[in-house]
Amino acid sequence: MALKQWLLAVLLASTCLVPIATAGPIENYSPVTADRLKNPEPGNWMHYRRTYDGQGYSPLDQINTTNVKNLAPVWTFSTGVVEGHEAPPIINNGIMFIATPSGQVIALNAKTGDEYWRYKRQLPEDLFQLHPTNRGVGLWQDKVYLATTDDHLVALDAKTGKVVWDTKVQDYKKGQYLTLMPLVVDGKVIVGGSGGEFGVRGYVVAFDAETGKELWRTFTIPGPGEPGHETWSGDDWKTGGAPAWMTGTYDTETRTIYWGTGNAAPWPGETHPGDNLYSTSVLALDPDSGKLKSYFQYHPNDSWDWDEVDAPMLIDLQRDGRTIKSLIHPGRNAIFWVLERKPEGIKYVAGWPFVYTDVWKGIDPSGKPIVDPAHKPGVGKRVEFCPSLWGGKDWPSAAYSQRTGLVYVPANENFCGGFTGEKVPLKPGQLWLGTKPEDIGLTPRPGATHFGELQAWDPVTGKKAWSHNFPKSQLFGSVTATAGDLILVGGTNDRMFRAFHAKTGELLWEQKTNSGIMAMPIAYEVDGTQYIAVQSGWGVDAQRIQDALAGKVPGFENNVPQGGVVWVFAVKK
Amino acid sequence: MCKSDQPTTSITRTDLERATASGPDQTRRVLILTALATGACLASAGSSIAQEDLPGSSERPQKADVLVYSEGERAGDAIRPADLKAGGPPVRAWPKDPKTSVVRKGSRLNEILVVKLDPAELDDETRARAADGVVAYSVICVHTGCPITAWVKAASGDKDVFKCVCHNSEYDPRQSAQVVFGPAPRRLPALPLAADDGTLTVAAAFIGKVGAQTGR
Repeated sequence: MALKQWLLAVLLASTCLVPIATAGPIENYSPVTADRLKNPEPGNWMHYRRTYDGQGYSPLDQINTTNVKNLAPVWTFSTGVVEGHEAPPIINNGIMFIATPSGQVIALNAKTGDEYWRYKRQLPEDLFQLHPTNRGVGLWQDKVYLATTDDHLVALDAKTGKVVWDTKVQDYKKGQYLTLMPLVVDGKVIVGGSGGEFGVRGYVVAFDAETGKELWRTFTIPGPGEPGHETWSGDDWKTGGAPAWMTGTYDTETRTIYWGTGNAAPWPGETHPGDNLYSTSVLALDPDSGKLKSYFQYHPNDSWDWDEVDAPMLIDLQRDGRTIKSLIHPGRNAIFWVLERKPEGIKYVAGWPFVYTDVWKGIDPSGKPIVDPAHKPGVGKRVEFCPSLWGGKDWPSAAYSQRTGLVYVPANENFCGGFTGEKVPLKPGQLWLGTKPEDIGLTPRPGATHFGELQAWDPVTGKKAWSHNFPKSQLFGSVTATAGDLILVGGTNDRMFRAFHAKTGELLWEQKTNSGIMAMPIAYEVDGTQYIAVQSGWGVDAQRIQDALAGKVPGFENNVPQGGVVWVFAVKK
Repeated sequence: MCKSDQPTTSITRTDLERATASGPDQTRRVLILTALATGACLASAGSSIAQEDLPGSSERPQKADVLVYSEGERAGDAIRPADLKAGGPPVRAWPKDPKTSVVRKGSRLNEILVVKLDPAELDDETRARAADGVVAYSVICVHTGCPITAWVKAASGDKDVFKCVCHNSEYDPRQSAQVVFGPAPRRLPALPLAADDGTLTVAAAFIGKVGAQTGR
């Protein structure tokens, strides 16, 4: 080293004002065990929604309704890619793992934002990415697990980012792909496939966390001889969709995984007659074998592209004088579902519309919605329906506050849609929607005063406690609740990140970011300081909705710049 | 007896010689050609050799390739400028090697959008690549690799443009398929055309990188 450089290095190293960038392998990494995943430390965020129960609730309260007005950025980090950044930052004892579109994983110092390592997948040049996104990495022991849009599951060394194993899950050339954060249960890495737009047969599959060897695979559409197969006609089951593209939740007491499934394919129900089990359902699966224990179908013979993949939250409710071990699912089909986990299976408890819908006339006592045929798409006719195919709530997750007992829903109100169904042959690897993509409509309801709506619901009484309306934006971002009585959410086209009072809905704080926020915010703690973090990076369906509405709604923003940035906030002292 | 839903394809000695030359997939090519020559069936999924596996089928369009319809009732037929309606809509096409009759559909990156426009509307660069007012571009949107499927009024303006319905990128084929709306970062690769004996042929290789942007 030249003398000048040596002197400069010494000078920098001895100057506390100049941060020293971290690089290279992570030292003293905390192995992720089954016990830690069952009972994560309050300052960590190691699951998609922090805990197996999917509540999206942080017990941290250092940042609260009193001091949130002093929340300020402490560091940011550009991911360097565009499109939809939908992943929560994953935190393990001071290490932050960021997953981005294009198959990147970035390991950062959660306190300083300095980069340790970056994995960058080389995606195939002929890959067809309808949903260029990723929703996060799973953790087990000293490994990090990434599911990719070219349909691989990759294990990385958590300390270095080097590939440990890389397993092909299915064939991207046939429209099969992965976007979800893997669910890790007792050394098994579990993922579900995307591809409902390509006429796939959905599945949930488990791999050995150490070796990448496939352990079990459960198809979401039963084959010949299996119960439920009779709900399909002819060979429709082979291409019937029911993808499983969101992370499941897990009941550690009964050792049961709850996994949501997506739309039946193609969209118009008359192209696949029958109830079409187990599309648009929640499945109860054995984590050791993948065996189906039970199920509940949110609506049969899906015709609206209403994936019900967002896994239900596991919440103990006091209702009718007893504790109900509930499953809570604000559905894409506009119904807020309260189900019960009983030893004999999943049972319907209650349901009500949480946004306007003209598709359902009611719900029968068994929990089956009663459809209005006038608003059910068919072949050769254009049908309009409310809500739109993006539903009352799409994949962005709701949250539950253990302090208020309320469920916070990122809802979209006053959106309707429509399309003209058509029957076309499937070409493997090509879109198979049952309508022309350019024919898909998204229209505001006449007289609509707002679109996005952050709602707070009491899951016991079915009453709305409060709502915050967004007159000129959709709400397309996941929600997080904290013990500081804060509700955190982005999701709007004005690029804002907001904090609301969990009890009253009062807007307490907001910060404009580089782009729109679709991802789930998190709360974490390092060395006694608590932080809020979120990825800002607009794209995919949030952008589609925005483009569809631009010009139809005066003042509706259609200029949200893309590009991912991790934002980390703390209270200014 | 082998059954195939693919059209039969004649393989010439030239192909055998080419396949035994050094290059990628050399062994596989020889196997395939041997199988073809002997009429044997490969055991992949119980079907005979797919058109997509033939030598040259994954290669990008070459000069003198004939353009054939890739879908619809006329799939496989050569495209003639006279058959196309001026002003669109576009048709989708594969390049076909005139010597071997191999249709280059071994890679989705080879598929082409062909549209007939008023030559007076084309900019100089586009006109130089056109044949009888017909222009051709890659069908693969350069944003995330979806196929371009729509021919619609532009978000800004009154002209019809190519639209990728995946993420709403729009390209104007009159101006070298430059991006006129949406997230696509660059224009579509253009495929220069010629018209020989009333059919469309490829005049030169793609101008620009085919396929989506990747990474950062």
